[in-house]
Amino acid sequence: MSIPEIENEIIEEFEFFGEDWESKYEHLIDLGKSLPMIAADLKTDDRIIQGCQSRVWLNAEQTDGRIVFTADSDAIITKGMVALMIRVLSGQKPEDIVKANMEFVDKIGLKEHLSPTRANGLVSMINQMKREALKRI
Amino acid sequence: MADLKKIREQFPILQQKVNGADLIYFDNGATTQKPLRVIENISHFYKTTNANIHRGVHTLSRLATEQFEAARKTVAQHFNIQNDQQIIFTAGTTDAINIVAEGFAKKYLEAGDEIVLSSYEHHSNILPWQLWAEQNGGKIKPIPLLENQSLDYEAFQKLVTSKTKLIAITHVSNTLGLITDLERIKIVAAKYNIPILVDGAQSVPHMSVDLQKLDVDFYTCSAHKIYGPTGVGILYMSEKWLKELPQSRSGGGTIKTVTFEKTEYMEGALRFEPGTPNISGVIAFAEAIKFVDEIGMQTIFDHEQSLVQHAQNQLMQIPEVEVYGQDDHKAGVISFNVKGQHPFDVGTLLDKYGIAVRTGHHCTQPLMQCLNIQGTVRISFAIYNTKEEIDFFIEKLKKVIGILN
Repeated sequence: MSIPEIENEIIEEFEFFGEDWESKYEHLIDLGKSLPMIAADLKTDDRIIQGCQSRVWLNAEQTDGRIVFTADSDAIITKGMVALMIRVLSGQKPEDIVKANMEFVDKIGLKEHLSPTRANGLVSMINQMKREALKRI
Repeated sequence: MADLKKIREQFPILQQKVNGADLIYFDNGATTQKPLRVIENISHFYKTTNANIHRGVHTLSRLATEQFEAARKTVAQHFNIQNDQQIIFTAGTTDAINIVAEGFAKKYLEAGDEIVLSSYEHHSNILPWQLWAEQNGGKIKPIPLLENQSLDYEAFQKLVTSKTKLIAITHVSNTLGLITDLERIKIVAAKYNIPILVDGAQSVPHMSVDLQKLDVDFYTCSAHKIYGPTGVGILYMSEKWLKELPQSRSGGGTIKTVTFEKTEYMEGALRFEPGTPNISGVIAFAEAIKFVDEIGMQTIFDHEQSLVQHAQNQLMQIPEVEVYGQDDHKAGVISFNVKGQHPFDVGTLLDKYGIAVRTGHHCTQPLMQCLNIQGTVRISFAIYNTKEEIDFFIEKLKKVIGILN
């Protein structure tokens, strides 16, 4: 599926919850459980995304001209957000990853997680994913 | 007993909703909300009296100067200090500590010297000393903590040597709320005649502090933590240091006479206040001090104690919660964690209910390392918080635990 197609799928999924943020977060936490796990031996300091209250590890590999991401986090809401990002960007072509605007996050009402505060490693993580893609164009 | 409801009504920001829920503000350790009289004091100043101080001959400048120096007197009186020159206005606690570190290092520290501080110290009272130590071949020695996270005063005694040139210590831990027994510190310091700098950022808002009785060398605090504006703090110095602390910063307003050959600096507080200060901030700070003096620091302390007891009792009844720092008398601050959960997750979900807490290391990373954790959830109280808010918070915390598990 293309990035826009996956994003629309996610938007529809979250629309189902409407204003019920408790269920939305439960769903997000559930999604985190299906996060493609980074291998334990790859959880090294150089794979930690800086700028987060919780720790996020990210690994990128290239297979068949596409980038595959794996990750982990020690905070479960962050894990859910990371799972969403990877669902959208993993397995895609580098040029598409670099171009992705991630606006869907706002459409599902989770924009606050991309705010420019010090606690926010997600912005750093998205930037890191794009950098990994840029390297491999 | 003051009417707490009437006090709370003076804080306009508390009337609003956050994420559709009433705001419950439990992040007073980070900064406090302001009563209307402090907010209006600032705009009134700019509407009627704004002028630069200490410099002019015209009416507005005279009035502004009078208000500024009256503020110094008000603050000095609050701390029971007769000579208001011992109260220096800074940009905050961190700024005050840096001023002392810079000046002290010029004459009173050399390679091989040691500075003793606590393991629960805030970074602002670690880093200036660490910077000096790294750049000058000195050493900082942290006082270890006991199992219940209180200071190990016996170990402290053994840490102090003839090479110890300063003890830098917080009056209240911003993460744990534990109160340092300064008298015990003073007894040890007196043996070698070691000066003491006390970080009072988290004590001044919660209790009466009598600097004359306390009689330490330096004491610092911030206005914004005690219902005043940001950008203002004080550095209290004993008479001795007021004369002897070397000049580290300078600029306009600090001098008697200037020539290219030599400059004669003023005595008193102005020597340490170069440039145009945060005039409106200082004057509004005095308004905040009047506000708390009218309520009474003992009343504030008693009210916050009852909140701490209530919150701690409730928290300790939740099996999934671990509270740090075993002490009944915490100064308005409690840190805890939900076992197996990251504080960031807990804080994020609490925020959805309108409850503002702080999560993370609270600028006390060494303390986190002592506790072997990444961070905590911290609730910190002020005069306007209520038992009802705590009950609501406990109810929602249980829900949050349910969502996360």
